[in-house]
Amino acid sequence: MSAVVSPIRDPLITGHKDYHQITEDICAPSERTPSAAWVTAFLIAVGALSVGIFCILWTIWFGIGTWNLNRTIGWGWDITNFVWWIGIGHAGTLISAILLLFRQKWRTGVNRAAEAMTIFAVLCAALFPGIHVGRMWVVFYFFPYPNTRGPLWVNFNSPLLWDLFAISTYFTVSLLFWYTGLVPDFATLRDRASGVRKKFYNFLSFGWTGAAKHWQRFESLSLVLAGICAPLVLSVHTIVSFDFATSVIPGWHTTIFPPYFVAGAIFSGFAMVLTLMIITRKILNLQDYITVEHIDSMNKVILLTGSIVGVAYISELVIAWYSGYIYEQFAFANRVQGVYWWSYFGMMTCNVLSPQIFWFRKFRRNIALTFFMSIFINIGMWFERFVIIPTTLARDYLPSSWSYYVPTWVEVGIFVGTLGIFFTLYLIFCRVAPVVAIAEVKAILKSSGDQYAGQNATGDHTSHDSHSHEEETLVH
Amino acid sequence: MSAHREILFGLYDDETDLLTAVKEANTRHLDIDNVYSPFPVHGLDPILGLKESRLHQAGFIYGAIGTLTAFLFMTWVFTRDWPIIFGGKPYWSVPAFIPITFELTVLFASIGMVITYYAVNGGGPGVTNPVLDDRITDDKFCISFDAGHASTEEVGKFQQFLTETGASEIRTKII
Repeated sequence: MSAVVSPIRDPLITGHKDYHQITEDICAPSERTPSAAWVTAFLIAVGALSVGIFCILWTIWFGIGTWNLNRTIGWGWDITNFVWWIGIGHAGTLISAILLLFRQKWRTGVNRAAEAMTIFAVLCAALFPGIHVGRMWVVFYFFPYPNTRGPLWVNFNSPLLWDLFAISTYFTVSLLFWYTGLVPDFATLRDRASGVRKKFYNFLSFGWTGAAKHWQRFESLSLVLAGICAPLVLSVHTIVSFDFATSVIPGWHTTIFPPYFVAGAIFSGFAMVLTLMIITRKILNLQDYITVEHIDSMNKVILLTGSIVGVAYISELVIAWYSGYIYEQFAFANRVQGVYWWSYFGMMTCNVLSPQIFWFRKFRRNIALTFFMSIFINIGMWFERFVIIPTTLARDYLPSSWSYYVPTWVEVGIFVGTLGIFFTLYLIFCRVAPVVAIAEVKAILKSSGDQYAGQNATGDHTSHDSHSHEEETLVH
Repeated sequence: MSAHREILFGLYDDETDLLTAVKEANTRHLDIDNVYSPFPVHGLDPILGLKESRLHQAGFIYGAIGTLTAFLFMTWVFTRDWPIIFGGKPYWSVPAFIPITFELTVLFASIGMVITYYAVNGGGPGVTNPVLDDRITDDKFCISFDAGHASTEEVGKFQQFLTETGASEIRTKII
């Protein structure tokens, strides 16, 4: 990044902040008593979580028969929800890793919350492969360890096992990356706190002092972690798509699946980031750090990935027709006008048609509309996974085994439970940790604060001289 | 830090002041003990004489260990320990090993690097390192000198330097 900031680029930090004001603003939510809104939201989330726990225990106690899966449709809401959650998790790593490599400064306002969202979404996703196997008490058979069964090893050639490795690696690496970034900010909270809170943040801040050598290693570590997270995030949803693509089911057995799944994951992830950030910035009073400029940028990503997904849907149809392969043709005709036509219709409307309004700058910068659209896209992406999974299975090769599937209350309850887990963890995160990366925002203040950049800049531009060394390192 | 050390330090209000001061300290040949800041200050490392971190080299080695672990383990399982034919493919079906090999490479590299990072930084869960001033993690930039091991004359030079380069506060602390 050059020292010169384009005057037409909008500032990313508004309100003429100085370093101390940034600390005050971002630390404030975790330093005051929880508001009534937070307590209410937390109770609702914990309520949903309890419903989920009850339904999971019900599943374990009475068996997988409490779900409506049958011999034809072996994957229903469980795997639909699994893929949906894992997709939502992708935006965090995209923002923190890929946008860091592309030097997008707007990531600093939203990366912390998006990474937190990634971790919580992956946790929700990981729940489903664990319980859908039915006999949960032998689920440790997944892991390759020397055992008394031979030792009989797991099948390393199976995409389902690759998935286990991909998701556990993704979870671990995201957690490490996120926590490494949190440590300096926990130190800020520690140095402002007293009493028990000081002890608590002292434990979390890992003895951070802010020494120059430590910052140098911090940047080196962030850069390498970003570099290896970038292919990792692409690999995870690729491998999730292999679960389907390596099978012999028409409609699943396609080479388009990996890029199409990855684009869809980023699409749904950004939608969830927008849903959460629009509420968070309002309630925690962070409008100066998560600005309309940030929302505009995220809406551009939504438009791009939504259009990629749209092209993928249409390619699937065209290739099915062009292949001349009747089973493939039937599979896609069934998706569009079969028993589950309404889910295909929902998917197309929510994912392909509606995001096209973001071609207009006015709509991209409309917060209420963006919020509405983000919910819409979340629903659409859930439909996409539903279209791929039960719709395809419901009409397989033999008409005698054709079937229909609606979930039981247990399956719906588990899905509600994962929403509960997700929001409970997110609400705790908002209370305990700084929702915006304090140190990273301070580092871009002199290039993106509204007193230095944009049309209303009043600041001293000569101070940019100090940034002339920025080319030496990629971070920030 | 084992023994107690007497630290003389100055706090600056802006990173530009800090950078000018560090350059000035170099021309005066003053031995800076450490520099602290609330965020990474660019351009500081070369003038402080900090060598590039070798953390990424360590990361490469950890990653390579991960690659070998995954690939050799799967090879051993499927060619020596318990060969099974899956889908009519050879025992040693290399393309099918790629996803897990990749994942373990990333996993080993990141876990190894993060552990190394905290080990060399002297940090970890619950570790308490001495903090010179609570505002260093907020909005102050700090240059510190080891006053305990310096002669009175040198300490005078340090103090004069901090005053002349515009430190807003100058204090001494035993850590």
